[in-house]
Formats: sequence, C-alpha cells, structure tokens
Amino acid sequence: MNLEKYILAVITTNPSKVTGGTAIFICETKQEMEQVAANLEAILDGIAHLISEDLYVIVKH
Amino acid sequence: MNEYTYPILLGLVFGVITRIYMLRTDYRQYPTYLHGKIIHVALGFIAAGLGAVAVPSIMEQEFTAITFLTIAASQFRDVRNMERNTLTELDQFELVKRGNTYIEGVAIAFESRNYLVILTSFASTFAYLVWNVWAGILVGIISIFISKKLMSGGRLKDIVDIEYVKPRFDGAGLYVDNIYIMNIGLPARQEEVLKYGMGFVLKPKNFNVRSTIANLGQRQAILHDISTALGVYRDSGTPALVPLAKRDLDDGRIGIFVLPQEKDVEKAIAVIGQVPTLENAIRMPTESKANKKGKRLE
Repeated sequence: MNLEKYILAVITTNPSKVTGGTAIFICETKQEMEQVAANLEAILDGIAHLISEDLYVIVKH
Repeated sequence: MNEYTYPILLGLVFGVITRIYMLRTDYRQYPTYLHGKIIHVALGFIAAGLGAVAVPSIMEQEFTAITFLTIAASQFRDVRNMERNTLTELDQFELVKRGNTYIEGVAIAFESRNYLVILTSFASTFAYLVWNVWAGILVGIISIFISKKLMSGGRLKDIVDIEYVKPRFDGAGLYVDNIYIMNIGLPARQEEVLKYGMGFVLKPKNFNVRSTIANLGQRQAILHDISTALGVYRDSGTPALVPLAKRDLDDGRIGIFVLPQEKDVEKAIAVIGQVPTLENAIRMPTESKANKKGKRLE
C-alpha cells in the first residue's frame, strides 16, 4: 500500500493534547517548538503544518 | 535517373524542411540536444521518403505499394511510445514535474508531425508530376504553412483572464486571493514564501474552460512551464516550496502559487498565456445535446 500523506512527527508544548502511535516531541517554549519543527522538517523532507498555536505536525506529502 | 527522380527529391526536400521547421527548441526545452534532433530529422526524412514515393507508385499502377504507408503508421506510433517512455522516465527527476497529460500531448505532437511531413512531401511530389516543378514548390510552401497551422494548438491566454495577486497568509493558511493553497507552519518558511512567492488567478472566460483548467494535468503543465521559464526556488526535500494550483469551487477560477527565481510579473503572465491548452484536457460540455434542455450553459 502506498500512503500519500502520513504524519511523521508531532511537536507540541501541550502534551495533554496529543497521544497515539506517532513520534511526539514535547517542548518547553514556542521558540523551541519552532526550532524542533524546522529541524524535523528538513530531516524528514516533510512539511511542518501548524494545527493550533501549540501544535505542529510534520506531514509527508 | 528516371522521370520520377526529381519529383521525389523535391518531395523529400520539402518534407525534411517541414520537419526541421516544426522542430523548434523553445522554452519547453525539448528536444534540446543534438542527438534528439538527429533522431527526429532522420525519422522526418523517412516520413518524407514514404510520402514522396507514394505518388509515383500510384502512377505506375503499383497499388500494393500503398500498404507501405501502414508500416509508416506503426513506425510513427512507436515514435509516440518512445517519446512517452523517455519523458515519463525523465519526469521523476524534474523539480516541477511535467505531468502525464503534458507528456502525452508532447508524444502525440511528435507522432502527428511525421504525418504532416508525409502529407507535405506527398502533395509537392504530386504537384510536380501533375503540373511542373514550380507548382511543386508552391504546393510545398503552402503545405508547410498548413502544417504549421495544424500543429499549433490553443494557448491559455485565449481562454482565461490572468491576473497577478500577491499571496497572503491567514494564520498558517496560504491564500491566493480567496483560494486556499496550503498550510505552512514555520514562520521562517512563511517569510520565504512571501518573499519569493507569486500568485496568479486564472479566470475562465466560459463554462467549457472551467472544466479544461480544472484538469490536474493542465494545471501541472502551467506550473511546469512557469518553473522552466522563470526558474524555481526549491530543491529536493522541500515540499513546502512546491508550486501549487488550486481551484475555487464556487466559480471554477484557478489560483496559481509559484516560487520563481526571477520575480517578474509581466513575464510570468506572458508565460502563463503561452501555455498550450492540452488536447487531453479540453472539455466541451456546452456542445452536448443535453445542453439544449434546462438552463443553457455558456
């Protein structure tokens, strides 16, 4: 099966909002969250999407 | 040397001239290379030969010789396959893909051009044999122009109005006019996108065009052509910087978002206007008999 889109990682400052089988990165500050998201975006060749103020997902397109 | 030598030569010459005339290297950058050109000129030569020889063989009452043309047909269908395979193979390595619809259009063009070559050489040899050499030359020149006319399809500027719109962000959502393009989360990326990005809105001129430009292959062709002509600000592994074309579901307008290296609005609009309307994307819902019932579509 070939998945078109897939959540590769979740980055958040609010761990109570996410759970599940994907990699979750918990950050202290918004700045740290942006930095981690930028890094992961480059590493994973995905796009960092902002879902809400305290939650990024990296999606493979 | 016999009475047919010169007429055949004339047909051959006009056939090859037609092929070379139609083999232009333009912004589509294909065929760019000498070898690609040689292949197509050589195939054009074969096509011209077949067209030219057909006339004397009819005059000598060798009607079976016409079956040769069927071999030509299968030969040139192979040309189409060859072009399709090569381009599909190479498409994976393009930063902005051509898309299969565009490739199919290019492949069909390569096949049909060979038939136009056959037509040209057939017509000029025929005119030479029936009248004289001057008639042959005249018919040859007219055929080249007819081929040119038959070869050139429609352009996008004939069917849509193109307007430049600066892309903007609403939260993390990227918009061109009111058309949602995608979600870009990182502030650094957003700045990049605003700095390099350009937005265009294509407004269809009638109902037929709505379906034509809604075709994903047609949209990909637009993106590919802009990216080829103006460069592209992206690299492999940066899906956030990929050019996109999205549709306004209400009125069928298309929002185009591109990141060119050369940010020149006038030139970009000209390039979009020059994008061919792909044969495989054209739809004509207004021609349907059902259109006579109910509210008329226009």
